Formats: sequence, structure tokens, C-alpha cells
Amino acid sequence: MFAVEAKELSKVYGKEKTIAVDAVSFSVKQGELFGLIGPDGAGKSSIFRMLTTLLLPDGGEASVAGLDIIKDYKEIRKRLGYMPGKFSLYADLTVEENLNFFATVFGTTIEENYHLIKDIYVQLEPFKNRRAGKLSGGMKQKLALCCALIHKPEVLFLDEPTTGVDPVSRKEFWEMLKRLKLQGISILVSTPYMDEAALCDKIALIQGGKILSIDTPSAIVEAFPSNLFALKGPSMYTLLQATNNCPMVEHAYAFGEYAHVILREKEQSPDALLAYLVEKDFTALEIKRIVPSIEDCFIRLLR
Amino acid sequence: MKQFLSFVRKEFYHVLRDRKTLFILFGMPVVQILIFGFALSNEVKNSKLLVFNQAQDEASAKLINELEVSNYFEIEKVVGSYSEIHQTFKQGDIRLALVIPANFGSDLAHQNKASLQLINDASDPNTATTLNNYVNIIVQDFLAQNYPSAKSPIAILPQTRMLYNPQLQGAPNFVPGVMAMILMLICVMMTAVSIVREKENGTMEVLLVSPFKPILVILSKAFPYLLLSLVNVTSILLLSVYLLDLPIQGNIFMLYAVSTLFIITCLSIGILISVLTNSQQVAMLISLMGMMLPALLFSGFMFPIENMPLPLQVISNIVPSKWYYIMVKGIMIKGLGISSLLKETGVLVFITTVVLIISIKKFKIRLA
Repeated sequence: MFAVEAKELSKVYGKEKTIAVDAVSFSVKQGELFGLIGPDGAGKSSIFRMLTTLLLPDGGEASVAGLDIIKDYKEIRKRLGYMPGKFSLYADLTVEENLNFFATVFGTTIEENYHLIKDIYVQLEPFKNRRAGKLSGGMKQKLALCCALIHKPEVLFLDEPTTGVDPVSRKEFWEMLKRLKLQGISILVSTPYMDEAALCDKIALIQGGKILSIDTPSAIVEAFPSNLFALKGPSMYTLLQATNNCPMVEHAYAFGEYAHVILREKEQSPDALLAYLVEKDFTALEIKRIVPSIEDCFIRLLR
Repeated sequence: MKQFLSFVRKEFYHVLRDRKTLFILFGMPVVQILIFGFALSNEVKNSKLLVFNQAQDEASAKLINELEVSNYFEIEKVVGSYSEIHQTFKQGDIRLALVIPANFGSDLAHQNKASLQLINDASDPNTATTLNNYVNIIVQDFLAQNYPSAKSPIAILPQTRMLYNPQLQGAPNFVPGVMAMILMLICVMMTAVSIVREKENGTMEVLLVSPFKPILVILSKAFPYLLLSLVNVTSILLLSVYLLDLPIQGNIFMLYAVSTLFIITCLSIGILISVLTNSQQVAMLISLMGMMLPALLFSGFMFPIENMPLPLQVISNIVPSKWYYIMVKGIMIKGLGISSLLKETGVLVFITTVVLIISIKKFKIRLA
């Protein structure tokens, strides 16, 4: 049995029939950390809302913990933990009151499942009498995670949990997810940050409501042809234009302070490209072969 | 049950921590009672009276004294000529002048008959008429006490009795009105806004994805406002009994019972609004325009329903505050029992049931 299984799931919005989710199929195994990776507006939240029984799909079917999302929505709601993309706790209640409230709503107590949230809650404990609205972004997300976990859900749905959170807190957050996975909780997480994709067991790259690729992060990276180079030089803009005009280049794009260049031929050396650029009056160039990141794969899949 | 209580406690936290709302919630009834009780009154009190006493005898002194001890008049000054009367009127300070002719006392004693002249500032005709009536009543009293043998020249003398409110105070009318208005405002608007706020903040999303029954979410939202409204009913009643000297004639438990019924009616309307809207502003506008206005216009508190054109009279029947207003007036002022108010109770129960059924049917167990 899969923790989450979606078959041809579709969602259409409004009178203009905007397709938000287009026949998406994927499955999350028990105890797996599955990432939906994609930019804003890719349809991640719509998928989450359908799976958490908040929205009815317009096509296809899906199950959570082996239960149908349409028929068995009441049973599913007892078994899943959901953390929406927007901060959705009571800002005028303290940390402790929020947690207590959600524990009671789910028919449990903080003490009963304290072991699940202990790692996270110790960090929140010094602020337990502070109003939730006055917490920092990272603390808010940790509290929201505690509230989603307090009833020991079988499947955890986290919609962009690290958006708007500083890099250190983001790292901590992902470490917590790993520990939760070890406790046997299946986790479906979405994020627009490509660097977080490598921390998942399996990822689905998603864009415009369609899944571009589903695999383990390493398999996705391995599927990338090994002819990716990082190029650096003065006046990046004109350099990028010239590189893209070069016949042996498949695609070149800006990537931080570098330009990433994919060459057409598999085992081609970058020397020919360098020679081409020097001929075009570019100087002080620096080029090196690099291992592709998930973002490189994503950009390539988008083309 | 434990879930329900925890939810209710959370709701109290929301209300008690929002100082501004709290102030409005408990301040408004007090302020309204004070305003209606002391500022916006249609009773005419302490009107300035001018006296031109040509008689200067015992009888006239007694009459002037009677006028002065009543709450209605205050003797501004005593003059000695007609021209002075006109001058004082022109200054605009006085509303009424009383001219007592010479021989007033002896005429009364010997002929059993005397005349008085009243000069009114009739630029405000209603006030002038009211003041005339006051003087008439006081003069009749004066006659009855001092000259029981004096005969009125008119053969038919209507003996008026003002039932339930012999002093024609304003309070018996506006206290039930204010109660209906306050409860309507608090119950409808506060519930609607507080439920819609959960939708806006996204907390509804989390609550829906929980084993908590959606309908319980709604009920536990409404419950705290039921309690708060009963607190308000109590404070209004305390104010009207101790500050406005308006005793409760009927059974106080029945008064609370019908208030609870009306509060439940309002809460269900608030729930319906919250089910149908998605933003706090819209919910607030609908509650104010769609609920407060009809409550003011059609309850019979400000404008008599009998004077309205028939279509409006028909519309007024679906306004819950009209029925509550009738009931509160009945119990509080007339001291009626429940047997006289069965129809009103029935109408409120019916409205509540219909509204609740619609809102449960319309309640979304999902986001869209």
C-alpha cells in the first residue's frame, strides 16, 4: 500500500477553465520523504489541497493511506497532518495555547505524543508564553509543524514549509523532517527551493500543472548528460549572448555569478568553445566542468 | 465535549485579547442606554416659564408654586407688563408665558370660575402643544385639590389613563428597542466576522482537515457570543432598572428565555452570513446594512409599523427584532405571561429553524 497515490489527478479553476493540475500521477511509499519541486504557480498547492480533501479533483483519482480522497474524506482527515503554505495558526494565542488547542481538536494531548514533537518543541519552549503572531518566521513554521504532528499522523503534508525562512532555520527544518521519516511517517513536501530537493528520497519536478520527471534526486542528476560547464568572464550579459550563438552550444543560461553551458556533443572538451569566444574578443575567461544540480536538470527539462 | 470546550476557551481568548472589540462589545450597550436615556429624549422637561401675575393673591401664588414643583417647568422670571413678555420671547429664552388676571383668586372663590392666559412659542408646534397639556393637567390638579366645588364648563370631561406608562416616559419604549438592536448587532456581526476571519487567516483550512466536525466548528464559534450577549442583556436590564427607574413587570426568567431565543436566532443569521461570504468586510457590510437597518426600521421601535404601507408591513414580519421587541415590551412593561406571546415565540423559532437548516445545507466541508 502506498501512503499517497495519485492517478491522472486534474484540477480546473474558474470560468476560463484554467488548468492548474494536469493529469498528475505519482505515488509516495510508506515512510518516504517525497518532494514536489516547482516554481510558484506550478500547481503544488492545488495538489496538496486535493490530497488533503479540501478540494474536489476535476479528474482522476487519488488515495491517502489507502483511503479514497472523495469517499473516505472523514477517515482521511483523522489520519493526515497538514501544514498549509500560509501561516495558519492563531496569532493571538500563545505557542502553548495553539499547541494545546490543536491537540484537543484532534482528540489527543501534548503529553501523549510529546516524543514526536520533542526535538522541535524544545526550541520553542523558551517562547511558550509568547503570542504566535510575535514569533519569527522560522519559529512560526516550527510551531505549525508541531501542531500538524501532535496527533501522530500517518501521512504528513507540508506545503512550502520553508518559504520565507532563513537558511539556517531551513536546514534545521529539513533535519527534523528526516528524523520524522525515521519514525515511520510518510511525508509529502513541496518547495520552490531546488537545493532542498536533494534532501528528499524522491522528487517530482513540476511545472504548469504537469510533472516533468519523477525519480530519486541522484537519478535525476545522473540522467543529465555530463557536458555541463560553468563559464565566468567580464560582461556576463554579452558573454551569454555570444555563447548561445555558438553552434556547438546547446544552451547557456545565467546561474549565480556563472553562466552554465551545455555543449551539444557528449564528450566534447570546452577548448573549442574558449577558442570561439576569444575570437569574439572575450578575455579573462574561466571555464570548468561541473556536476549538475537539480536546478540544472529542471532548467533543462523546462526546454 | 472536551474538544468543544477547548474550542470555546480558544474563542474566549480571541475576544478577551482583542481590547478594542471587547470595549465595543461591553461599552456599546451602556453607551446606548445612556444616550437614549438622557440625551435623546422626546420628553419636555424644565421648560422656562415666564409669569405675569396681575392678581398677586393667595390662589395665584399657590398655582405658580404647583407649576414650579413639577419637573416640567422652571420659572425664569416674573414680569409686570405685556410688553416685557414680548421682549423676553424675542430673546428666545422662554417657551411659555402664563398671565394670571387680576381678581383671579376672588373670581374663583365667588364665581367658581376664572380664566388664565397662556402665550406659547409655537415655532416648535409639538413642544408648544405638549407644554399646554402639562399646564392643563397641573391646573386641573390645582382645581381639584383647592376648589372641589368648582365646575368645569364643559359637560363631557374625558378621564384619560395612560396604561403601563402613566408618566409617558421614553424608557419603556427604547429599552426593548436598544436590547433588540444591540443583540442583533453583536450576535449577527460578531459571529459572522469571527467565522469569516478563520477563513481569511487560513485557520479554517487546518480545522477542516481535522476530525472535528465542521458543524461543531460553527456551533462552538456561536456559543461564546451567546454567553457574552446574555451578559449584555443583564447589563442593559441593570441599567434600566437602577438608572432609568424602569421596573421589570413580568417574569425575569421569561425575559431571559425569550432573549436567549432571540440571541440564537441572531447567531444563526450570523452563521448563515459567514457561510455565504469569504471576507470580513463583506460579512460586516451585510450584517450592518442587511441586518441593522431592517432591525431599526422594522422593529417598530423608531417608526410605528401600523403607519407603513402594506408591503412594508408584510416585510416587517420577517424581521426577527420586531418580534423580540414586541415580546420584551410585553414582558418587561406590560407584565404579560408566555401565553400572550405564543405567536411571537413561534415566529422566532420558525425563523431560526429555517436559517439554521439553510446554513447547514450551505456549509462547505471543503474549500470550494
